[in-house]
Amino acid sequence: MAAQAQQPESKDLPVVLLLRQFPFISSYTDIFSNKFRSLNPSTSSLPLNDFLTTHANSIRALICSPQKPFTSETLKCIPSLEFVITTSTGIDHIDLNYCRSKGIRVANAGDVFTEDVADLAVGLLLSVLRKVTEADRYVRTGFWLSKGEFPLGSKVGGKRVGIVGLGSIGFEVAKRLEAFGCMISYNSRRKKSTVSYLYYPDVRDLAANSDILIISCALTDETYHIINKDVLSALGREGVVVNVGRGALIDEKELVRSLLQREIKGAGLDVFENEPAVPKELLQLDNVVLSPHRAVLTPESFSAFHELVIANLEAFFFNKPLLSSVNLE
Amino acid sequence: MESIGVLMTCPMFNYLEEQLENKFKLFKLWNFSEQKQQFLKENSNSIRAIVGNASFGASSELIDSLPKLEIVSSFSVGLDKIDLNKCKEKGIRVSNTPDVLTEDVADLALALILATLRKICESDRYVRSGLWKRGDFKLSTKFTGKSVGIIGLGRIGTAIAKRAEAFNCPISYFSRSEKPNTGYKYYSNILDLAANCQILVVACPLTEETRHIVNREVIDALGPKGVIINIGRGPHIDEPELVSALVEGRIAGAGLDVYENEPEVPEQLLGLDNVVLLPHVGSGTFETRKAMADLVIANLEAHFLNKPLLTPVV
Repeated sequence: MAAQAQQPESKDLPVVLLLRQFPFISSYTDIFSNKFRSLNPSTSSLPLNDFLTTHANSIRALICSPQKPFTSETLKCIPSLEFVITTSTGIDHIDLNYCRSKGIRVANAGDVFTEDVADLAVGLLLSVLRKVTEADRYVRTGFWLSKGEFPLGSKVGGKRVGIVGLGSIGFEVAKRLEAFGCMISYNSRRKKSTVSYLYYPDVRDLAANSDILIISCALTDETYHIINKDVLSALGREGVVVNVGRGALIDEKELVRSLLQREIKGAGLDVFENEPAVPKELLQLDNVVLSPHRAVLTPESFSAFHELVIANLEAFFFNKPLLSSVNLE
Repeated sequence: MESIGVLMTCPMFNYLEEQLENKFKLFKLWNFSEQKQQFLKENSNSIRAIVGNASFGASSELIDSLPKLEIVSSFSVGLDKIDLNKCKEKGIRVSNTPDVLTEDVADLALALILATLRKICESDRYVRSGLWKRGDFKLSTKFTGKSVGIIGLGRIGTAIAKRAEAFNCPISYFSRSEKPNTGYKYYSNILDLAANCQILVVACPLTEETRHIVNREVIDALGPKGVIINIGRGPHIDEPELVSALVEGRIAGAGLDVYENEPEVPEQLLGLDNVVLLPHVGSGTFETRKAMADLVIANLEAHFLNKPLLTPVV
């Protein structure tokens, strides 16, 4: 093809290490391979770190994701590394201290997934309160015919929604739920001067004053298991938890126990502590809605995301400002 | 009012039944299904009110069999199961429960949109069946920013529009006449509405004109990326046409709370992943049912105290 003939030889292109397959969608395969030369350890028979050591001096940039975790040992095998871009919004799978100390820049998916995650949070909440997945099963198994009317759900309007982490996702969730007549409050490290929602410096107080908790904060050492036994018991028997952040934000064992013992009313979960493993007790419960960490997987966001990853890599190799850099200070 | 006979057509809500039993002389028609004629013969002269709902209201036959009937206080918004003309003819009052369930129905419409576009039920089945460990799940469709077309911009349609606006969705609508000051795009032709939106929501009352308002032409105008949401009534949609469009992939999906022959749901829908099927739970929340029950009773009390009805229809 003429267009390809004009491209530089593949060996002259900047090298990008793929710690996870990229692009995800075939429509970007040519666009990507015309701009970069991929180095894919999964195509080699060598163990990852041996593979990296053999290519160490040619690698300046890598693509990673939380689905394919790697250790700081991996990073140490690549002394020439200058740039890490993750396919996620969260950056908890990257050793940021190491990157900071070596001057390695980090970029994430920025806000391209924000709307999809917020939409799914609202979708999970509506599904739990109105028993959507349970009702769909009821119809499909023929119970509507044999057992009659389906049990009542809970009204959405008037519910007190507590958002844990009022970043861009939490803010979009709040905006959507306001239209349903919910009352919004939040917990975060600092009070936000730009919003009028009620702020609780303590997540337990937030839970005690909420019917619903939406977890949308980043996973850090401070937020690990931020939703623990105390918080769940403060939320109480009529409470619902929705998690679109990371599995480890919730003490999953306590969550399962609270659900089994009806100490909270229900949960909508897109993330789990040991994905893709899901606690088997949850699989039998009608008052939970389970989603396989797919908050972001829509073609619309995917295209935007592929554009962003490619644009960040180009910016890096051409010494221009990154589009979605993570502040490591 | 304890001597006033009130006939409840079918079981609806325990709280309503208890309240009616406390305040009136309650007859439960479903307890006499075997001997209905006998029951009506014996009690027709003491029944002055009917409490019905969206599935069992006041037919012409039932009205004719109750010579002392003064009021039908319906535990529903929809009135299609009540012979309104007959009520008008005979001077029988009719009340319904508007407004109180508006929010619930609108909430459910959004729940159906999100569940259908974001494959929430399919995802839940996928996780529960253990398939997640085996591989990748398919993509779903973004909701924020999609064009939403609403058939019928009444209370419920307006509440749906308000919610969809919070997702940055452009809103358009079809109704008999253009509504002032909505800021939404009006189409006087339903085919134009369907051709210009991606999510088509049925939210109008069921009348002779709106029966099968979503037919094959409308479905084809909506097209293969379109999704249909029905929180109105089953007969709004030509159901066999909808089923074949879903099976053949001529539309992308559907979220349905109502069907033509409830509680029967077309067999072919039960195996489809691109549909979300709910058992007519639009107003199915405890909070709202209680508010509806209170309104049914308040209308009865107002009538028998010769006061104006709170939510009169006839």
